[in-house]
Amino acid sequence: MVTGTPILEARHFSKRFGGTLALDDVSLTVESGSVHGLVGHNGSGKSTFIKILGAYHAPEPGAELFIDGKPVRLPLAPGVFRSLGMAFVHQDPGLVASLSVVENLRIGALAQQRLKRIAWSAEVRRCEALLHEFGMAVDPRAAVETLRPWQRPMLAIIRAVDEIRQLQSDTGVQRGILILDEPTANLADSNVGQLFETVKRVQHAGFGVVFVSHDLDEVAAVTDRITVLRDGRVAGSGPTSGFSRADLVRLIVGHDIPPAETRPAPPSRSDHLADVQDLSGAGVRGVALSLAPGEIVGASGLIGSGFAEIGPLLIGGLPARTGHLRLGTRSYDLRGMTPGAAIKAGICYVPGERLREGCIGELTISENVTLPVLHRFYRGWLRGRAMDSHARAQLQRLGVRPADPTLPLEALSGGNQQKVLLAKWLQLAPKLLILQEPTQGVDIGAREQIFTIIRDFASRGGSVLCLSGDHEQLAMLCQRVLIFRRGRVATELSGADLTKDRIAHECLGSDLRHSA
Amino acid sequence: MNASGRTSATPREALTPRQSPVAQFCHRYALLFAWALTIVLFSVLEPDSFLQLQNFTSIFNSQAVLVVLTCSLVVTLTSSEYDLSAASVLSLSAMLIAVLNAQLGVPVGWAILASIVAGLIVGTINGILVVVIGIESIIATLGVGSVVAGITLWISHSNMISGISPTLVELVIVPQVFGISLGFVYAVLLVAALWYFLTYTPIGRQLLFVGRGRRVARLSGLPVGKLRFGALMGGSCIAALAGVLYAGTSASADPNSGDSFMLPAFAAAFLGSTAIVPGRFNAWGSFAAVYFLVTGIYGLSLMGIQVFIQNLFYGGALIIAVALSILVRRSETREPDIAKEGN
Repeated sequence: MVTGTPILEARHFSKRFGGTLALDDVSLTVESGSVHGLVGHNGSGKSTFIKILGAYHAPEPGAELFIDGKPVRLPLAPGVFRSLGMAFVHQDPGLVASLSVVENLRIGALAQQRLKRIAWSAEVRRCEALLHEFGMAVDPRAAVETLRPWQRPMLAIIRAVDEIRQLQSDTGVQRGILILDEPTANLADSNVGQLFETVKRVQHAGFGVVFVSHDLDEVAAVTDRITVLRDGRVAGSGPTSGFSRADLVRLIVGHDIPPAETRPAPPSRSDHLADVQDLSGAGVRGVALSLAPGEIVGASGLIGSGFAEIGPLLIGGLPARTGHLRLGTRSYDLRGMTPGAAIKAGICYVPGERLREGCIGELTISENVTLPVLHRFYRGWLRGRAMDSHARAQLQRLGVRPADPTLPLEALSGGNQQKVLLAKWLQLAPKLLILQEPTQGVDIGAREQIFTIIRDFASRGGSVLCLSGDHEQLAMLCQRVLIFRRGRVATELSGADLTKDRIAHECLGSDLRHSA
Repeated sequence: MNASGRTSATPREALTPRQSPVAQFCHRYALLFAWALTIVLFSVLEPDSFLQLQNFTSIFNSQAVLVVLTCSLVVTLTSSEYDLSAASVLSLSAMLIAVLNAQLGVPVGWAILASIVAGLIVGTINGILVVVIGIESIIATLGVGSVVAGITLWISHSNMISGISPTLVELVIVPQVFGISLGFVYAVLLVAALWYFLTYTPIGRQLLFVGRGRRVARLSGLPVGKLRFGALMGGSCIAALAGVLYAGTSASADPNSGDSFMLPAFAAAFLGSTAIVPGRFNAWGSFAAVYFLVTGIYGLSLMGIQVFIQNLFYGGALIIAVALSILVRRSETREPDIAKEGN
C-alpha cells in the first residue's frame, strides 16, 4: 500500500515555551496507507507536536511541513488542516450521545450548512455503506448512547475519514491524514480489537494514520512504524517489527525499568481486615469480598460488569441496595453509608476521574491536599503557612514534581496529579484504600512510582482494593484479582494464574461463549 | 518573543501556568488602579465639583447597603448558587422594621430581630427548594424573590412608610469621624468578617470546594447538602442585615427599595472576583468593586449625564467583569480544545 510520496512530512519541528524547549527538532514522515505510532511520556512533546499540526501552536522558525509532497506554509491558520486533508480524533470522541449515528456523522456538514435539504433516507443508506466499509455493524438510526464504549471512537474515526473524503470529492483524491490522539484511553482493552480493525481499514483505504498512545501493546498491534519522543526529541524511530517491548520502554524512559517485583505470598486469609457481604446496587448483585491487612486485591471486568461501581458503593458515593461491611471490629450497614462516614471508618476512595471527582484543578495543590484535614490547621484561623509546609512534605514524600504546594493542581502532569490525590488520602492513614484506575493517563515512569506508593502503603498493613480495566497493571500490582461479569464475581485469579492475558481472557469469558 | 515573556497560550504541560510576581500583583490590584484612575479622571474633568471630601464621605456612606448586599451574594456565589431573592429580602427586612416600628410601635430592637428572622425563614425556604427538592437555585430564588416582593407590597399596602425610630437612624448614619458614618463602619466590619470566614475557617474553605465541584466535595466527605443549605440561609440573613441598614439610613422603607440594588450587587460581586484573590468571589474585592462602580456613576452624574447611565454602567460592568474573568482564566490555565475547534 505504501506509495512513493509520503502523505505527511514534518521536518525540524521545534517549540519553545519560555525558557524550555518543549519540542526540539522533531521530524516525522507518514506514508499513505500506513499507521505511524507516536509514543512518549506526558511532557515528551507529543501533544505539542500534534498541536502544531492542529494549528494550535506556531512552531519555531525553520520548521517545514509537506503534505502529499507539497510544501505548506507554517504556522497553519486555524481550521486549515481540514482543507489539507487532515483530521483529528481525540480521547473525547466529540459525539452527541442523544443523537443518532447518522446525525453524528453529518454534524460537521450540518454545521457548515453545506446541506440545503437533508434527504434522511438517502443519508441513512449512505451511512450504512460507510459503516460497513469500515467494519462497524450498527444501525445508523441508533442513538450514540446505545453504542458500546469502543464503538464510539470507531464512529469518530469513520466520521473523520468521511469528512476528509467529502472535502476532497471535487479533486478526486481519496486519501488524507488521520491523527488519533489516545483514542483508546477510556476503554477497557478487551474490545480495542474491533477499533483496530477500523483503523486497519482506514489504512487500507489509503490514509496515513498517526496513532498516539500510552499503551505499548496497542502500538505494537496496530502500527507499521514507531517514533518515540523523549524530552522533546526523537529518541528512536523505525519499523514496528524492529522494536521489542523492552526497547520501547527503554527509549521512552531513557533507562531500564527493572522487571516487575516478585509478589509477596498472599498473607494468611484467617485475619481479614475488611469483609463485605451481599453488596448490591448500581448493577452489582450480591457481591462478597474480603481483604487481609497488607493485601492488594484487584477487581476487573468489561465495562458495565460492575467492578467499577464497587468503590462508590462501598463509600456511599452510589446508593447501595443491600450490603454489610465489617472493618476490623466494627460493622456498617452499607445502605446508609456516606463518604464522610466512610472516611471516619478508615476507608478512602481515590476516584478514576481525577479532575471531575478527585480534586479541583484550578485550586492550589495545598488546598486540595489539606481539604480532608482542615481541622488540624484551625487555631481560630486556618494557618496557611503550616498547611503549605504540610502539603509540601506530603508532595516530597510521594515524589511529586514540582513540589510547590501553591501551584494550581491542573499545572501538574497526570501522574503528578494522581500522586497528589494519593497524598490527600494517605495522610489520613486509612485502613482500606480503594483505587479506581490509579494510573489512567499516567506515563510509564510515574506509573512505577505510583505502584511503589501503593505497595509501600500495603506493606505497612493497609489493604488496597484496585478497580481497573488495565490488566497489566492488575497483574503487576495485585495478589488476587476478582473478575466481574454481569454484576457478580465470576472468577478469582491468584498465584500463577494471575497474568495479564488470563485476566483479559476471564473478563471476556462467558460473553465470548454466548456470542459464539 | 523574549525568552521570559509568557504568551497567552502558555500550555500547562511545558510550564507551570503561574504568572510572574509583577503580573500577579497587577492582576490582584488592577481594580484598585482602575478606581484610582476613575477618581483622577473625574477630578480633571470636573475639578470644581468632584474632588471634595463631602462627595467621598457621601459616596462611602450611601453605599454601605450595597456593600452588605454584595457580601450576601459573595456567600451564595461561593457555593455556586445564584440567590436572586436577596434584593427582595432586603426590601422585606426594611419594610418589616418600618411597619413594626413606625406603624405598630414595636421597639426597634425587636423589629430588627424580626427582620433577621424573616431573612432566615426565606433562606430556609430557599434551602428546602434548592437542596432538599433539588430545583436549580436561579429558578427557585427567582420564584421565592417574587413571593417575598409580593408579601412586602402586601404588608405595606404598596406604600412607602417613614417614621422609623431615631434610635436606629442614630446608630446608622450619625456621622462620626471625618464624616464617615457608623453604617459604613458596620459594612467594613462585615466585609472583614466575611473575609475571615471565607479565607481562614474550615467551613469557608469547604464552601469553596462545594462551589467548585460538588461531586469532589461529596467524595471528600464534606456535608455538601448542609453547606449549601447554610450558604443560602447565611446569604438571606446578610441580605436582611442590608435591609436593616437601609431602614436606618433612610429612616423609611419603600416596598421596591431593594430592586435597584440587585444588578449593582451582582456586578460588584463578579467584578470583585477579578481582584484581590482573582478567580474567587471574595470580600475585599467586592468591596473595592462597589466603590469603583459607585465612583464611576457619581462622576458621570456630576457631568450631567442622565439616570439611564446607571443601567448602562452596572449592566456593562457585570458583563465585562464576567467576560474578563473567563478570558483571563482561559488564557492562563486552560487550552481551548482542538477537538472542538476541529469539528
